[in-house]
Amino acid sequence: MSVLLALDIGLAFLVFAVAAWTVFAPGGFAATVGYVVYGLLLSLVWIRLFAVDVALTEAAIGSGVTGVLLIGAAARLRGAEATAREGLTGLTRLFIAGLCLLVAGALAAVVLLLPDEGPTLAPQSMQSLPETGLGNPVTAVLIAYRSFDTMLEKVVLVLAVVGVWSLAADRFWGGGPGEARAERPEPTLAFFAQVLVPIGILVGVHVFWVGADEPGGAFQGGAILAAMWIIVMMARLTEAPQTSAFWLRAALIAGPAVFLAVGVAGAAVAGGYFAYPPGLAKPLILFIETFMTFTIAVTLAMLVAGPPRREPRR
Amino acid sequence: MTFVLEVFSIAAIGAGVLFFLAGTAGLLRFPDALSRLHALTKADNLGLGLIVLGLLPRAESLLDALRLVAIWALVQLAGATAAQLIGRAVRRKGSAA
Repeated sequence: MSVLLALDIGLAFLVFAVAAWTVFAPGGFAATVGYVVYGLLLSLVWIRLFAVDVALTEAAIGSGVTGVLLIGAAARLRGAEATAREGLTGLTRLFIAGLCLLVAGALAAVVLLLPDEGPTLAPQSMQSLPETGLGNPVTAVLIAYRSFDTMLEKVVLVLAVVGVWSLAADRFWGGGPGEARAERPEPTLAFFAQVLVPIGILVGVHVFWVGADEPGGAFQGGAILAAMWIIVMMARLTEAPQTSAFWLRAALIAGPAVFLAVGVAGAAVAGGYFAYPPGLAKPLILFIETFMTFTIAVTLAMLVAGPPRREPRR
Repeated sequence: MTFVLEVFSIAAIGAGVLFFLAGTAGLLRFPDALSRLHALTKADNLGLGLIVLGLLPRAESLLDALRLVAIWALVQLAGATAAQLIGRAVRRKGSAA
């Protein structure tokens, strides 16, 4: 048995073990920590499957941003957890476990029953790659071949923020989420934020920029930028903006709006809805991705910041 | 890669793995949160440092080598900060359970 195969098998066992631990962990906080570790292990699995783009996304969104969201939720629900556990009878739990097993089993069966040469569109996607001017086929799929889907995904993100904001109490409507800026921020976190954030912004922009030709892109870069903003807000060096601020709302819709505008213009200029004129594809894709990265960063940060909790200032 | 560099690389990575093993054992066996934290940070600092050191001769370019060192430095920063924050939280709680 080669070393790599042994490593792969070990990795698979670890993923299973951590998944099981996440399910049976005592309390929401422990389960969340398990889930974050699970996500990081999963991104290693994606790397072993040579899907570096997916690995980056899993680490940044699946493990990172979702982890922060869940930790916030676990902290908020700590008091109510005991009562929530009593509400589930043994039979309900058994039923839920059965359903989960059924779904997991069906998925496993489908994957295992695939023919050895799985159906793939990879050759076609590589064939058309030169027309887009891009070097990374994943980016080409996301922003060129199925750009309409990607645009709609970004609209869903905006709806998620609207959903979070609508949880605000009436008197906080339009105010800022999270804690106010501190007079004297906690020194450890403040130092951490001041050192890390400039580097992190550079890395985030880099990951976005290389996405055209190498693994990376708007989502991964945007998630890193969002994390940097979240850290500065957590350190209370700055506070989240008022949700009524015009610039914030414009930032939240800039990505999908620019995407949609370019897509509609394609119908007039390039002879097809969401088509790019030949030769101009790469600059247009980068133009869209720039706005998308910005919007994703703002959206994810606002999702983590939560509903408005401070009274609006006029 | 010359023989000397190869031996150096394997030795450094092996030593780093040893630190991670010891750190994990400490994390599992030490009685209170502060000593567990102590064990963990040693694995982060020295263990990862040695592994990065061992990987440096294997880097394909100077840029890759710099990236490895940068990753180590960032983990240092994050690890030290997290350890400080957890340590403070433990002390504030009063019990080191």
